[in-house]
Amino acid sequence: MNIIMARLPLTGSIIALLCYLMWWPMQAQADEEGMPEAGMPDEWVQEVVTDEFADMLAELATASFPRKVELVNTLQLRGWPGVRDALAGLLEGELYFSQEEQPEGIRVYVVSGREGDFTLLDPVTQQTEQREALSGLRRITTNNPLRRNLRGAVARFDLLDESPAVRRQAVAELRRGLDSDAILLLRERLVTETHRGVTRDIEVALALYDLESSDAEVRLTALEVLSGELGNDVYNRVQRLLATDASGEPLEPDAAVRHMASLAIDRIEQRRSFFGFLETLFFGLSFGSVLVLAAIGLAITFGVMGVINMAHGELIMIGAYTSYVVQLLMPNHIGVAILVAVPAAFMVSGLVGVLIERGVVRFLYGRPLETLLATFGISLILQQLVRTVFSPLNRQVQTPDWMSGLLRFNDVFAITYNRLYILIFMFIVFALLWLVMHRTSLGLKVRAVSQNRAMARAMGVRSDRIDALTFGLGSGIAGVAGVALSLLTNVGPNMGQAYIIDSFMVVVFGGVGNLWGTLIGGMSLGLGTKLVEPHVGAVMAKILMLVFIILFIQKRKQGLFPQKGRSAEGH
Amino acid sequence: MKLPRSLEAFADRSQVFDLVNPAVRSPKLDVSHGTILYLEDITVSFDGFRALNDLTLYVAPGELRCIIGANGAGKTTMMDVITGKTRPDSGTAFFGQSIDLLRLSEPEIAQAGIGRKFQKPTVFPEHTVFENLELAMAGDRRAWKMLCARLTSEQHDRIDEVLALIGLAAQRQAPAGSLSHGQKQWLEIGMLLMQRPALLLVDEPVAGMTPQETERTAELLVSLAGQHTVVVVEHDMDFVRSIARTVTVLHEGSVLAEGNMADVQADPRVVEVYLGEPA
Amino acid sequence: MSDRSLVSRLMQHDLGSRIFIGVLLLVGLGMPLAHLLLPESSFLHPSTYTLSLVGKYMTYALLAISIDLIWGYCGILSLGHTAFFALGGYAMGMYLMRQIGTRGVYGDPVLPDFMVFLSWESLPWYWQGMDMFWFAMLMVLLVPGLLALVFGWLAFRSRVAGVYFSIITQALTFALMLAFFRNEMGFGGNNGLTDFKDILGYDLQATGTRIGLFMVTALALGLGYLACRWIVGSRFGRVVTAIRDGEGRARFIGYRVEHYKLWLFVFSGVLAGIAGALYVPQVGIINPGEFAPLNAIEAVVWVVVGGRGTLYGAVLGAVLVNYMKTYFTVAWPEAWLYALGTLFVVVTLFLPRGVVGLLEKLRRQKA
Repeated sequence: MNIIMARLPLTGSIIALLCYLMWWPMQAQADEEGMPEAGMPDEWVQEVVTDEFADMLAELATASFPRKVELVNTLQLRGWPGVRDALAGLLEGELYFSQEEQPEGIRVYVVSGREGDFTLLDPVTQQTEQREALSGLRRITTNNPLRRNLRGAVARFDLLDESPAVRRQAVAELRRGLDSDAILLLRERLVTETHRGVTRDIEVALALYDLESSDAEVRLTALEVLSGELGNDVYNRVQRLLATDASGEPLEPDAAVRHMASLAIDRIEQRRSFFGFLETLFFGLSFGSVLVLAAIGLAITFGVMGVINMAHGELIMIGAYTSYVVQLLMPNHIGVAILVAVPAAFMVSGLVGVLIERGVVRFLYGRPLETLLATFGISLILQQLVRTVFSPLNRQVQTPDWMSGLLRFNDVFAITYNRLYILIFMFIVFALLWLVMHRTSLGLKVRAVSQNRAMARAMGVRSDRIDALTFGLGSGIAGVAGVALSLLTNVGPNMGQAYIIDSFMVVVFGGVGNLWGTLIGGMSLGLGTKLVEPHVGAVMAKILMLVFIILFIQKRKQGLFPQKGRSAEGH
Repeated sequence: MKLPRSLEAFADRSQVFDLVNPAVRSPKLDVSHGTILYLEDITVSFDGFRALNDLTLYVAPGELRCIIGANGAGKTTMMDVITGKTRPDSGTAFFGQSIDLLRLSEPEIAQAGIGRKFQKPTVFPEHTVFENLELAMAGDRRAWKMLCARLTSEQHDRIDEVLALIGLAAQRQAPAGSLSHGQKQWLEIGMLLMQRPALLLVDEPVAGMTPQETERTAELLVSLAGQHTVVVVEHDMDFVRSIARTVTVLHEGSVLAEGNMADVQADPRVVEVYLGEPA
Repeated sequence: MSDRSLVSRLMQHDLGSRIFIGVLLLVGLGMPLAHLLLPESSFLHPSTYTLSLVGKYMTYALLAISIDLIWGYCGILSLGHTAFFALGGYAMGMYLMRQIGTRGVYGDPVLPDFMVFLSWESLPWYWQGMDMFWFAMLMVLLVPGLLALVFGWLAFRSRVAGVYFSIITQALTFALMLAFFRNEMGFGGNNGLTDFKDILGYDLQATGTRIGLFMVTALALGLGYLACRWIVGSRFGRVVTAIRDGEGRARFIGYRVEHYKLWLFVFSGVLAGIAGALYVPQVGIINPGEFAPLNAIEAVVWVVVGGRGTLYGAVLGAVLVNYMKTYFTVAWPEAWLYALGTLFVVVTLFLPRGVVGLLEKLRRQKA
């Protein structure tokens, strides 16, 4: 790729950048959509079971509770498809039956959806239909003994499921209400279970049950299994072994068990704090990626060109608003809209950047303080413009489905997908920018102009065009950052100001004119802030970060990665 | 990985730390051994490129020394080291016997008695010629003293004297920014004189001057020698020939040859690396 | 180059300073007199509102002078001067807070309302002594001065200059703003300090007190101006300007550049602190918003608009821009930021010497 990129002409390289920016998320989307639909009904089996199954369900609808328990027990012994749907539906209170007399008798449906948009599934035929309202349907009632029964029944089905994830879910479900039936079920499963994760979960569940045993030996063995287990229920249960009653007598009579329990708690807490640290670390990386995204455009305009662009934050804001507008234009395709927004924001912010450069900044080269003031004026105008066009209120950009949700590792450690994606996105943007700067003719010319304008001109580089394009590139990247940020925070006229000081800090800290410096500077500031935050609070952490940079600059004026050489000495 | 400098100091047993030595705030210039400037084994590198390479140079009091050398020979870097603008990687630089130049800041070096004229004339453009000289005048430089500072008649006379010497008496109230290039060069020399330095470093004094101006500059520098020590860096070989007693040739950051003009010119190495090249 | 030197020559004759002092005398004495003597129906009678508005402008003018002193004459652009302004204001605000005494909502004789609200037991150590006027005034000078001293010492010693200095001063005021927003800091958090009752025993709402404050502000502005004028006219001032135009050269002549910068910066910070202290009793509130970096940059624009490097230009700019602001926020609030933004751009592009430079050009063309 490097070789191809190197030969690309100037405009080509920008198009290439755009293409890559678009290509990556599209690809991700395609993968999502390519997932096969699961659970196709098998016609042949259906034919055979239909009648008996339908009759039993019809009886279930109106039977007494004891009879319902019997029916559920019978149903679960038949392995018909649709039985699980029906039982799970009954458990969740989603199983309805039609009251009106029909030739085929009472019919039963699993209902999902909400008012105005219901989906009815007939467990017997596995066919669905859409309805606006539930008129003529009545919920099949349950009581506590029945629900306990049902939970076991559903779990029994799920314990046999092909997917380990479903099996683990089933074990977790059973753990919530452990009784002898559930234990029996789990013991049975443990013998045949091959998946290590599921085995472990079952062992933990059994051990939890064993803690209730009157035999201290059994309790001790159970504690050995539970030591270091991260689940909240385990922690609370083991903690209870250490509690005392009103008169100060320990609830757990056996001293050895108490000792073992406190060891287990220690171990659990140790592991919890480890995962807590991992979580802090991830927050730090995530915050760092936000800082780098916000600063990386500035690393071009300020770092490479030496232009103090105080409107940088507003270019980020424009990118965020672009993402908002694209969502407005494509209300039915939120997932795609965010992908369209990336190149769109690059173009819009880049264009505004070029206008700023051509209209104002180019008259002020070599006068950094004046540039600072003029671009600050532009930032005020842009803010007010957004207030006029969109209103001063904050706007919300919806997170598409494929970016929402949690990646859960265990009860105490989970990371959100949008932060993870933004972290990855940051690295991609960084890599592309690095390629543009170091492997394209545009990058070569930009670096040439920034090092020696007169010489570059003498070599035939059209320096004013390069200036405009560089500024546009930096601004466009700011816009792309805005799209990412719009998924994390509200989009509003003031959002740019929130990032401008941070961005400058990152660039200055990392070393002006050094992309790597910006990356490492931003990530380390992000990590540092989040590591300090649990101890001093968010605002104080921010203040400490600013003070740290102020002091750091005293010590190393040139940042973490200074530009070396004779030219740097002269300034 | 090399040890950081601060750590190296601890490893060196003969090291005497600053805190042990009594602080010398305004050291007196001591030239009792007949040398005013000692540069020994000075090395400066920028990003791997050695601008000065084990440079060793001694200058005697009252001497007029010319330094010549091709571009990049290290002339300007040498001046930067002497005046404290650049710190060398290694080596020692002493002003007289007792003043360690590497420990002093630029203003301290200036106050110790080293004046410098830059290659490109740098005067204060918004100040008048008179004010430029006033600012350069020797004396107390402390900030709060400056608030109430008044010119004594003696100081006034001194400024007038220098104004006459540099031929700018008529322009005394003109802003320095409005002077011609040659006049700025002269004004800068005048500012040097106001400082009354023991050692003058003059970087290309006659660049951009007319032949008449050049001649007058030569006269001035020659007349200064004896009373002051003058080190001149110059490209103009005729000018060097007209003033020099001793010439030092720099090449690739070290001294290539030293001696009187005739000897140096006859030195085959010098002919090869410097004089041999088309000027 | 040549138009710059023209300005510096103008300073020698200094017509501008004479006009400024004249106008200040007229305003400082004339307006209170007119307020007291003329009937309310008179066209020339300034209302209490006008009086406190002009008083506010004068504190802004003092802030502008302090910025111009370091930027116009020494080339140090501080984007954090509101930090000193606000600190001076807070010191004054603390004194006024303590003067409320039992008249607060909770009626606590010692603790200000917000501390009672946060159920603090006792006064934090840094609030001690602020009930004494002389001590509070000392703090008005010392706190901004010390901050300027420490910050300036750090920055100038390691030769942080130009844009870097501007950015870290901005970070400084931003950090202070965040800190003062915290309730734990003990400065009233979000709401700041307000509901002041009286100063030195005089009711803040009384006409007499307002006129007194107005005249004290005019006096402070006049004295501050003359002090700056004196500094700028002394050899110290010439060294400072020399540092602006050729820092390296000044160093090689033997001036310890960082000392000059530091003392000038400290003086400027103290001046800004005084401005803040005079501002607070006249507007009746001080809150963390005063630290906002936007305010600091706005103050820099006053100086640009008036003409940097001329003290009276800074005053003129402060009054002009703030008059515009007052006008816009009443007549057409949405347009104010457009106007301010455009002002930034137009002035830096077309009027590098500000209004004073423009007037000077016109005068030269006429001559």
